[in-house]
Order: sequence, then C-alpha cells, then structure tokens
Amino acid sequence: MTDVFGAGATEASAATGVTPGRPPTNAQRTEALESLLVERGYVTTAEIDRLVEHFLDDLGPMVGSRIVAQAWLDPAYKQRLLTDADAVLAELDVGSTQTEHLVVVENTPEVHNVVVCTLCSCYPWSVLGLPPAWYKDPAYRSRIVREPRAVLAEMGTEVDEGTEIRVWDSSAEVRYLVLPMPPDDVGELHDRTIDELAQLVGRDAMIGVAPAGTR
Amino acid sequence: MDGIHDLGGRQGFGRVPYEPDQEPWHETWEPRAMAVTLAATRVAGTNVDQMRYAIERIPPAEYLTAGYYGRWIRAARTLLEESEVLEGGELPAAQPTGALRAVDRPPRFSTGEMVRVRDLHTAGHTRLPGYCRGRVGRVVLVHPGFVFPDTNSQRAGERPQHVYAVRFEAATLWGEGAESDAAVHVDLFEDYLEAA
Repeated sequence: MTDVFGAGATEASAATGVTPGRPPTNAQRTEALESLLVERGYVTTAEIDRLVEHFLDDLGPMVGSRIVAQAWLDPAYKQRLLTDADAVLAELDVGSTQTEHLVVVENTPEVHNVVVCTLCSCYPWSVLGLPPAWYKDPAYRSRIVREPRAVLAEMGTEVDEGTEIRVWDSSAEVRYLVLPMPPDDVGELHDRTIDELAQLVGRDAMIGVAPAGTR
Repeated sequence: MDGIHDLGGRQGFGRVPYEPDQEPWHETWEPRAMAVTLAATRVAGTNVDQMRYAIERIPPAEYLTAGYYGRWIRAARTLLEESEVLEGGELPAAQPTGALRAVDRPPRFSTGEMVRVRDLHTAGHTRLPGYCRGRVGRVVLVHPGFVFPDTNSQRAGERPQHVYAVRFEAATLWGEGAESDAAVHVDLFEDYLEAA
C-alpha cells in the first residue's frame, strides 16, 4: 500500500479506548464500528483492508488528465466529450462510481467554469479520484457560489474582468469536469505526446480553481 | 431540511484553506472510515440518499467540526442503529444501484425556458439548495432521469424524474452587491420547478 501519511501519522491507528468524559475521536469511532461489523460477521478486516488499498492506490485524477490531453489534441474527440461525455467514458474502462452522468464544460477566453457541491461534496470520483480537503470545506462550499471571482483570486487564479464565471453546483447525481485551456507556454500541442500533455493537467484545473500547467 | 449542510451563500467562513495539488488523505483513519462506512451502508441496506440524510441530521456544531469522513462514520453508525440488523434482524435486501433511471414521459421543461424554483420547505432530505428557492432561472441542460432523493431518502419510492441544469444570474441570487459576469448553475429535479 502506498505510504501517503509518512512515519508520524500513527496516532490514529494506535488509538484505543475512549477517554472518560471525552467524546470519541474519529479514529476511535471508525475502529469501534469496524469491530462491531467484524464481530457480527458482516465483514472481515481483510475486506476493509482491500477497500482502503483501492482508495489509496487506484483512485486519482489520471483518467481526467488523459481525457483533457486527448481533447487538446483532437478536435473531434473534444466535440464528442463536450456533447456526450458518457459515451467517451464508456469507452474507457472506468467504473461509474459517483459518476453516472458526466458533463464536461469548456474554459475559453470568454468563459471560466468552476465546480462545487454546496450540499455535501459530490465529486466525479471516476475521473478525478477523491476530493481534496478544501473542496469539502464549508468556506469553499459556502463562498464559491456567492463570490466566485473573489474566491478564485484568493486561491491564486485571477479571472479577467469580462470573462464570465460559471459556477456549477452539483446538487444532483450529475458530475462536472472542467476542460481547461492549454497553458500559454505549451507551444505546438502536436509536438507533445499525450502523456506529456496529461502531465500538465492538474486536478485543480479540472475543478476550475487553477489553470492547467501549474502542477 | 434547512440544515447546516445547506451551505451555499452562507457568510463568515473566511478563506478557503487551499493548498495546490493537495493529497486527498491526511490521516490513516480517513480511508478506513470511508471503507467501514461503505460496508456499514451495505449491511444496513441503505441507499445514498438515506446516507446523505443521516449526515444532515448530525447536530449543526458537530457537523462543522467532525470533518468530512468524521461525518461519514457518524452517519454510518446512525444507519446501522436504525436498521434492524443490530437487533439480530435479517440482512436487508440490497437496493437497486445507481440513480439513473429511464423516464418514459418527456421532460416538462426544455432548454432556454425560464423556470421558478418552488417555495418548498421540505422537512426531510432534499437536494434543493436554499439559496435558489423562489428564484427564476433559465434551463440550460436537460439531464436524464434520476431517482428523486426527497422520497428515496425516506424509502417512499424512487419517483424517477428529469433533472435540469438551471442558470441563475448572480444578481438574481445575491442582489445588488453581486459580482458581475457571474452565474450559478444548479441541478434541480422536475418536482422542484414550475414555469416562470
């Protein structure tokens, strides 16, 4: 399993027993519920381990980055992506977990798109993996719909005056992916391989809070 | 319900704690909480709308401080306790997966049409963000049919229906002080809408 936590992050797994008078920590709640499910025979620790490994090792923004790179290179592919992203996804071997219906929205000099879920934290898992903490934070969820230009500027993305900002609140089961513009300094796109271009497509650009090329 | 989870447009939360290219996980219990929660909802035989409603019922102060996966693990416990499983009841049958459903009637609204969000104050679970209630917007996308969360969360039927991406101009939502050249699109179920 990938070690993404480093050596210092053992507090949670070492946590056992609740301190009297204190509410249990999230780690303790997790452990207690897992124990209950295992003791009753509904699930095994190995099954939970496998799920955790799947989250850590298999999910990520790789699929999204490749889709965007391909769209930069191939106008017909891009057109299909913008009109029927589900068909494009169906050709790739990605599950539909949390992405039953995908809509891709294109950034242009005239339009900047940005995605949020104000009610919980819906996110296109199958193309972007799992969401970063800031995406789930009340500050992002509350403010990006009300003052998107100010919030994007705070996050380091100045959207030109006159460029329309379109916020997409994924309040149902539709999921959104932003197709960012290629970076200005990328040169001739067709001199690059799809893998090289995919390297330029960061997850944050596909949420709409950063330009491509900044990862 | 008009709960703390309905965060769109609320003020006072300060700066977004943004770090570029942040990893999705921060502590070892987080992916474990996610895995245990998914297992628990399978055992309890609940659907995603029941899960979201369980999250929304976390007391407001706790909702804000528990963190994302902290909310998950609390909701998982609630769902398990509300099922009959822990009292030795039979494992419930799994519910249909996914939320996409074929809807045989044509969409009531079409692209370009102006619609008003009904003044609904649902006591239970709903996917109607409070900030667009009563507002008028334009349909920009007609999505396929989906299970209706308001009833599915109560196990009162799937009632599948079309969903629409409705565009609200910023000034419609936030008044005179709104940012210029901005619009918010909200995905709204047909039952939330009426012709404007």
